[in-house]
Amino acid sequence: MTVLLLAASLAVGGSVLAWLARFDGPVFRAATPVAFGLLVLWLWQVACTGFGVPRVLLPAPLEIGRAIATHLPLLAADFQQTFLRAVMPGWIVGNLAGLLAAIALDGSAFLRRGVLPLGSLVSAMPIVGIAPIMVMWFGFDWQSKAAVVVVMTFFPMLVNAGAGLASAGAMERDLMRSYAAGYWQTLAKLRLPGALPFLFNALKLNSTLALIGAIVAEFFGTPIVGMGFRISTEAARLNLDVVWAEISMAAAAGTLSFALLALLERAVTFWHPSFR
Amino acid sequence: MTRVLPLACVLACVLLIWMAAVVPMNWDQAQALADDGAQWQDVAWATLSLDRPLLPAPHQVAGELIGSIAGWPVTSPRSLVFHAVVTFAAAVVGFVLALALGVALAVGIVHVRTLDRALMPWVIASQAVPVLAIAPMVVVVLGNLGLTGLLPKALIAGWLSFFPITTGMVKGLRSPDPMQRDLMRTYSATPRQEFAKLRWPASMPFLFPGLKVAAPLALVGAIVAELPTGAQAGLGARLLAGSYYGQTLQIWAALFMAAVLAVLAVAAVDLAQAVMLSRRGGRL
Repeated sequence: MTVLLLAASLAVGGSVLAWLARFDGPVFRAATPVAFGLLVLWLWQVACTGFGVPRVLLPAPLEIGRAIATHLPLLAADFQQTFLRAVMPGWIVGNLAGLLAAIALDGSAFLRRGVLPLGSLVSAMPIVGIAPIMVMWFGFDWQSKAAVVVVMTFFPMLVNAGAGLASAGAMERDLMRSYAAGYWQTLAKLRLPGALPFLFNALKLNSTLALIGAIVAEFFGTPIVGMGFRISTEAARLNLDVVWAEISMAAAAGTLSFALLALLERAVTFWHPSFR
Repeated sequence: MTRVLPLACVLACVLLIWMAAVVPMNWDQAQALADDGAQWQDVAWATLSLDRPLLPAPHQVAGELIGSIAGWPVTSPRSLVFHAVVTFAAAVVGFVLALALGVALAVGIVHVRTLDRALMPWVIASQAVPVLAIAPMVVVVLGNLGLTGLLPKALIAGWLSFFPITTGMVKGLRSPDPMQRDLMRTYSATPRQEFAKLRWPASMPFLFPGLKVAAPLALVGAIVAELPTGAQAGLGARLLAGSYYGQTLQIWAALFMAAVLAVLAVAAVDLAQAVMLSRRGGRL
């Protein structure tokens, strides 16, 4: 029975998707992935109820929705602790520090050649591993998580800003010189705006990294609130509906910040070829 | 020389700053442990060789690294090599899974319009989701199903690292321009031949940068997957144990080992790229 329903849903859903994909235009371009998401949720629900999948393995979407509704105050407290207290300040400070460091390095080609390769090397390293050290230095509360986020976001920003500042062409620089523009004027009017696509790249990458850093740092010790804490303890207690609720919130927070940054990028770098 | 000298200078500076920071960071602890009437010189010296320093000195970390690598047989759980191998194995299996999934997804996305429209936005959205948040749950649930050890870690490592491979491959498989595809058509190449002789070779320069991003990610996934379950072996377990028992040296040594593994992983991808380059006459 369940198998039949699943097969039928899959067949109907698949043909609807194929039909949707044939059309162009913004509405259909948005409708296809949404329909796909709904189809996945539907199949998930049918399979869970139909086969009687135990809740400790995989809760059905409706149960997750119920968990979100009943645990709303808990989720809000975790969100405040992890996102507003650790992720946001850490992300802002880390990005600012990376940008300022890149500008400071800008004066010396020698330093740039020394630091930038090192920076890209460090970006490739498992920096989340510093979490236990930061917990030891800054305590269990949000300060240590913010510190992890600062370190994690610093290096991608440094590397990207370095590349962005170097991206202004010789012609444009010559033009600025012929306008008798000084170093800071060239920086403010030509090179920083020119570096914006690179900066936004780093900002978007860092928005995900920051969430990961804060959540993982909470695995190492935390007051009894926070998204990472909740996920690890409730998973151990097999309250998977709460875990999924928490994950949905993390996913929503990550996607929303990413989307906001993408919108901002579009508004600020409207001149870039990829948006024209 | 122009490349090595600046790097060496910056590294030396980092080392100096590190050394200089050791004394103030450990001062309180050293003073508390010092005998009454100890001179400040004695306390300063003591900061360099504490058992559980807040910030270990570079030579302490080096000593711990060498001691835990060379001091024990590789099979002993006291050996850092043992833990590194456990983590690296999970990362490699995860990386291979990610490679298979990423390439398969990319081939599907490029050839089936429905998949492109329905799946690609989700693949991109999955990038904005903190995937590591599901690590504890995956480990616990798979543990309930009787799957423990390497597989759950490899799954998380694979999930974390498939994205750069998929996007790189999609870009690469789409990179041949219409002229080249028309040429294939005038040769009356079948779609399969077009894929094997044009699209696949054209995608390689896009695959390797993706792999270079994915390899360290797989390592991060494997390490983090070891955190929530109290795993007995692996670099993540080592970090967690060090954090619980305040064994700072152990944490730092595990961290440096993880960094070495990340460099090794990227170097391995570089090597594969070089082999591919030489087999294709110096051009990717």
